[in-house]
Amino acid sequence: MLISIGHVTRYTYALPATSSIYTLRLTPPTFEGQRILSWRVEMPDIQQALRYRDAFGNICHLVSIPRTHSEIAIIARGSVETQDKSGFVRGATEVSPTRVYRRQTDRTAPDESIADLVAGLKSPDRIDKLHELMQVIGERVTYEIGATNAHTSAVEALKDGRGVCQDHAHIFISAARLMGLPARYVSGYFVTGGDTASEAQHAWAETFIDGLGWLGFDPANQLCPTDRYVRLACGLDAASAAPITGNRRGGVDEVLDVFVEVQQQSSAQQQ
Amino acid sequence: MDWQSGRKLQQQEQTSLKVGASLRKAFDEMNGAGDGVRAPYTAVSEWLGTQKLDDLKRKLLEAETMFRRTGITFAVYGKEEAAERLIPFDIIPRIIAAAEWRRLTAGIEQRVRALNAFMYDIYHRQEIIKAGKIPEELVISNSAFVPEMMGVEPPLGIYSHIIGIDIVRTSENDFFVLEDNTRTPSGVSYMLENRETMMHMFPDLFARNRVAPVDDYPENLLKTLASVAPRNMDGEPTIALLTPGQYNSAYFEHSFLADQMGVELVEGHDLIVKDGYLQMKTTQGPRRIDVLYRRIDDDFLDPLVFRPDSILGVPGLFDLYRAGRVSIVNAPGGGIADDKAIYSYIPEIIKFYTGRAPILQNVPTYNCRKPDELKYVLDHLPELVVKEVHGSGGYGMLVGPTASKAEIEAFRQKLTSNASNYIAQPTLALSTCPTLVEAGVAPRHLDLRPFVLFGDEVRLSAGGLTRVALQAGSLVVNSSQGGGTKDTWVLQD
Repeated sequence: MLISIGHVTRYTYALPATSSIYTLRLTPPTFEGQRILSWRVEMPDIQQALRYRDAFGNICHLVSIPRTHSEIAIIARGSVETQDKSGFVRGATEVSPTRVYRRQTDRTAPDESIADLVAGLKSPDRIDKLHELMQVIGERVTYEIGATNAHTSAVEALKDGRGVCQDHAHIFISAARLMGLPARYVSGYFVTGGDTASEAQHAWAETFIDGLGWLGFDPANQLCPTDRYVRLACGLDAASAAPITGNRRGGVDEVLDVFVEVQQQSSAQQQ
Repeated sequence: MDWQSGRKLQQQEQTSLKVGASLRKAFDEMNGAGDGVRAPYTAVSEWLGTQKLDDLKRKLLEAETMFRRTGITFAVYGKEEAAERLIPFDIIPRIIAAAEWRRLTAGIEQRVRALNAFMYDIYHRQEIIKAGKIPEELVISNSAFVPEMMGVEPPLGIYSHIIGIDIVRTSENDFFVLEDNTRTPSGVSYMLENRETMMHMFPDLFARNRVAPVDDYPENLLKTLASVAPRNMDGEPTIALLTPGQYNSAYFEHSFLADQMGVELVEGHDLIVKDGYLQMKTTQGPRRIDVLYRRIDDDFLDPLVFRPDSILGVPGLFDLYRAGRVSIVNAPGGGIADDKAIYSYIPEIIKFYTGRAPILQNVPTYNCRKPDELKYVLDHLPELVVKEVHGSGGYGMLVGPTASKAEIEAFRQKLTSNASNYIAQPTLALSTCPTLVEAGVAPRHLDLRPFVLFGDEVRLSAGGLTRVALQAGSLVVNSSQGGGTKDTWVLQD
């Protein structure tokens, strides 16, 4: 599938910031099933950005704006060609041994409720069990925007029974790690359907299965990723896989606007 | 009262101690096992014999006045009435013979190389886990393990360039490493100030003993820092020391070392990441920093990566480090090597990376996370020292032989509810050294923290900081718990 992506993030301040700095994980990687045809990140001072790979293999830019400003817009856009690999991610650049992804974080730390979730899984087969986990999470936590926030933990979201894709992924990761499997958080884009524009910044989970490799699970959509998914960054949780992490000095009453447009391109558009 | 009556006092105190048989037999650095003055102490013992107690006390006051004038103080957390106070100093030196020091040097160097090889491995391929020498979970789930460090290539492959290794002695030939401080060890300024003060007050003693100098430490520190400057940089590296500020307990040391090395002392707000480099704001405009000797904890280094509420660090610093644009000394994540739960694996670590047996012994350690070891610990609490896995500074520890029944029971509760948070060790009979106390000269338990520098080569200052427990019978030497310090002499052949 040919997918075009436009992703705009805008920070505005009532009183200006004296400086700000951003780590961008806004460059999708190439691996089997995902090829980057074109990609650009635009923002002030991006030409001086430091480009490097982080501990989870993500391509990062460090962009520093060392002057007073009351608005910053970060725009990422490009087109990506994807293939359906039944959710398997192979040939991606890996920096850390997979066992590092067994580490729980503040957001994924399990408690009895996660342990009960795992104990309740009935499938004998290891992969069926993960599908069952994905299904159970979808049933237990209904999709509702605004019930949780960026800092909500897996345990909190499971208890509340409401959340968004980030919460679904955190619960899945927490449970998979409790089962002894390496698991990670993936941030990316999702083509919701057809070729109409849609808000489609998305997140899901991946878990490492011995002998098979990394396999994606999207509890929010009850799917293993297909060619409608574009992987952007991964990490131990939402914080370490965040497309943008920023810090500023000064700057009062920050307003954040995010606009994401993900569209299936026809071949004609591509040419 | 002269030194002779001081010795009587020593005998009285020793027989009145009721803290377990092992402690009564403590080896004395000056008098050995009671069989005469040991060779390295010959001259000092003779000198002490000629001194009047009042004169010694006057000298001690004089020394304290000198320390106050220098401004060498130490903030103690949780004690409002004395937010800043002097660490007590003792004028009777702790002396190490040349041959003893050679052995310690070999053991320390082996340890420092092995610890750094361990850190490199943990933050890359993790061969030691693959080989089954260390349980995976102990590393991966350890709060001291910093996953963001995975794959970082620090200059020369070194993580902990400045290490303070805490060593105790229990007999003529037995030295044990209590702890490896691989994060941001402090105390070296006391080593330097103690020596300067002693040389000023007792020039005759230095004329009668060939004492190895320690005043080359700042120069060696500077050389070490320069040797780990980013690869491919032109010219001389610019070095700065990052302090949390004047309210930190070790601020004196930060400003002292910066001053001695002739480098800038900076706080987080003096620094900014700009144009892909770490820059220091100066009146002449920004100036690039190549090596940052940081004396703030990992958590506070960079709010983009670690604690987002930190205002002590510099946003973007970690990313610069990862990209090789600035060197951070010591590297983040070094805590994995001095973690108390990892400690019991250090002999295995030394064998794994050096192919040799450890020269310096570890203290046998019970990991309370293991059920059988926890059971032993709970059954033997009155004999053991129990420490929090992530504790430091002598806070939150139990010294079984000197603890009350209530304290022991309180620890039993803690151990039962959160076992993996604790380790336990047998109570060692730390060696003693004659020390000037109110009533005269009496033996007090002590340890030794040598300071090791590791860059293009291993540089070890002769001796280190001797910490002494000033309470009779106490085994807790930490300055935060009322411990004092002594000048430490390494004699030259």
